[in-house]
Amino acid sequence: MNTFQQLGHGALTAFQRLGRAHLFLFAVLAGVPSLLLRLRLLIQQLFSVGVLSLVIIVVAGLFVGMVLGLQGYNTLVDFGAEESLGVMVALSLVRELGPVVAALLFAGRAGSALTAEIGLMKATEQLSGMEMMAVDPLKRVIAPRFVAGVLSMPLLAAIFSAVGVMGGYFVGVGLLGVDEGAFWSQMQSRVDFNEDIMNGVIKSIVFGVVVTWVAVFEGYDAVPTSEGVSRATTRTVVYASLAVLGLDFVLTALMFGEV
Amino acid sequence: MMDKNNNLVEARGLTFHFGSRVIFDGIDLDLQRGKVTAIMGPSGTGKTTLLRLIGGQIRPSAGTIHVDGHEVPRLSRRELFELRKRMGMLFQSGALLTDLSVFDNVAFPLREHTALPETMVRDLVLMKLEAVGLRGAQRLMPSELSGGMARRVALARAIALDPMMIMYDEPFTGQDPISMGVLVKLIRDLNEVLGLTSIIVSHDVAEASQIADYIYVLSQGVVVGQGTPDELHQSESEWVRQFMQGMPDGPVPFHYPAGDYAEELLSRGGGR
Ligand SMILES: Nc1ncnc2c1ncn2[C@@H]1O[C@H](COP(=O)(O)OP(=O)(O)O)[C@@H](O)[C@H]1O
Ligand SMILES: [Mg+2]
Repeated sequence: MNTFQQLGHGALTAFQRLGRAHLFLFAVLAGVPSLLLRLRLLIQQLFSVGVLSLVIIVVAGLFVGMVLGLQGYNTLVDFGAEESLGVMVALSLVRELGPVVAALLFAGRAGSALTAEIGLMKATEQLSGMEMMAVDPLKRVIAPRFVAGVLSMPLLAAIFSAVGVMGGYFVGVGLLGVDEGAFWSQMQSRVDFNEDIMNGVIKSIVFGVVVTWVAVFEGYDAVPTSEGVSRATTRTVVYASLAVLGLDFVLTALMFGEV
Repeated sequence: MMDKNNNLVEARGLTFHFGSRVIFDGIDLDLQRGKVTAIMGPSGTGKTTLLRLIGGQIRPSAGTIHVDGHEVPRLSRRELFELRKRMGMLFQSGALLTDLSVFDNVAFPLREHTALPETMVRDLVLMKLEAVGLRGAQRLMPSELSGGMARRVALARAIALDPMMIMYDEPFTGQDPISMGVLVKLIRDLNEVLGLTSIIVSHDVAEASQIADYIYVLSQGVVVGQGTPDELHQSESEWVRQFMQGMPDGPVPFHYPAGDYAEELLSRGGGR
């Protein structure tokens, strides 16, 4: 094949896959209502997707907050503005780092696990087996995982931000001696609910949908061999992370860019 | 269904290809109700593919397949699922759900498709497990089972909804002689006791001849022989003799289709 043919072939394959991913998403969404009757399935998945990601989110949030406290203090103190440390830490977390870093960690922790689990179920004929038992795997296996991921992500991002603020507080107020009252009161008066918090929540909802969608699709579409599953898992982490960073730029431009 | 004949599964001119590779080239099959029919052929002839065609997971390129009077490729998804509730299928690997215990695996189709109270589900599951001799293993997880046990659990699951037929994909592969004997007896007994129709896909000539009422031998997309086990053992056809006696090469080639060997060895680079 010459270069042009290869290029064309690659593009066609990529678009085909994108088309499949969308059809897949619609089919999964169609399976969501029936989930209301089977909350137990959803709760199980909320546990394995959400609760089991908590530790990494809390630990990472704490460290990120502490670093923000240190770095912010060093810059602000030159201008005698170290009392604004609370605002700086909170805004960085709520607007950007909370949603983005939590989504990246979520892709690595929960996304890769989802892909591997679904891919292995496919490789071991469990999905085919379900179909032959007249059970739709999209409804029984995929839909609960998808919904669990979408619901968990904003909560995890919120926890990340909250723990991060505490980390900034420990370092700023506890170690570096920033005034405690100023730290909290400036934060309270300058962080806007709609402008900052809701925009952060919207970001994390979008990231939750995208990361979970990529993860379940890659698993379902994996080549059913050990190599295929391992590749699919890698693709989940790469595509989901890139999608999060790319979308973050777009969303930030829409929300905060005064263009 | 008012069938004139007594066939549960009927294929006419069944043709199927993966891309340009022809897997079936117009085969006719008649699988009678209440019988054990074996479909035999070397690995890679498309035996698993045939079961998937019967189960409606893939569609034929041409020809028809009827199961219990329904033309499978034309059914809507809903109708297909209704039909599948009456078909059991035993996958090569067992395909047990790895996150559920043996008990919950067997209960799975009952819980999905019936609204039976849990006490009744329990009784049914225990009955099915007892039938395959594994009631004592109900609390184990699939990872704790041997291959033979996993297949028997899968069998208990396949009969949970009292289907009209069961399809077995290579049930004997990789079994030690004892579990092989257990399976052979189990398949035959279940067929009699539950009044099932069984389809066994296999390349194990001895075991399949032992339990089948009728055998089809497939090779390279066509039916090369059919008959009762005795008829086939006495067959004059070279194809059938090669297969039934396990001769390495004959009309059924040992090689996957390929270009000229000498030419390929002599050509340098630029291959494929
Ligand atoms: N999804 C697929 N795409 C392309 N070719 C396939 C696919 N599945 C199976 N095949 C090919 O079809 C042939 C029949 O496969 P299969 O039905 O699994 O054979 P058997 O069960 O008799 O060993 C094999 O040679 C295999 O290479
Ligand atoms: Mg096979």
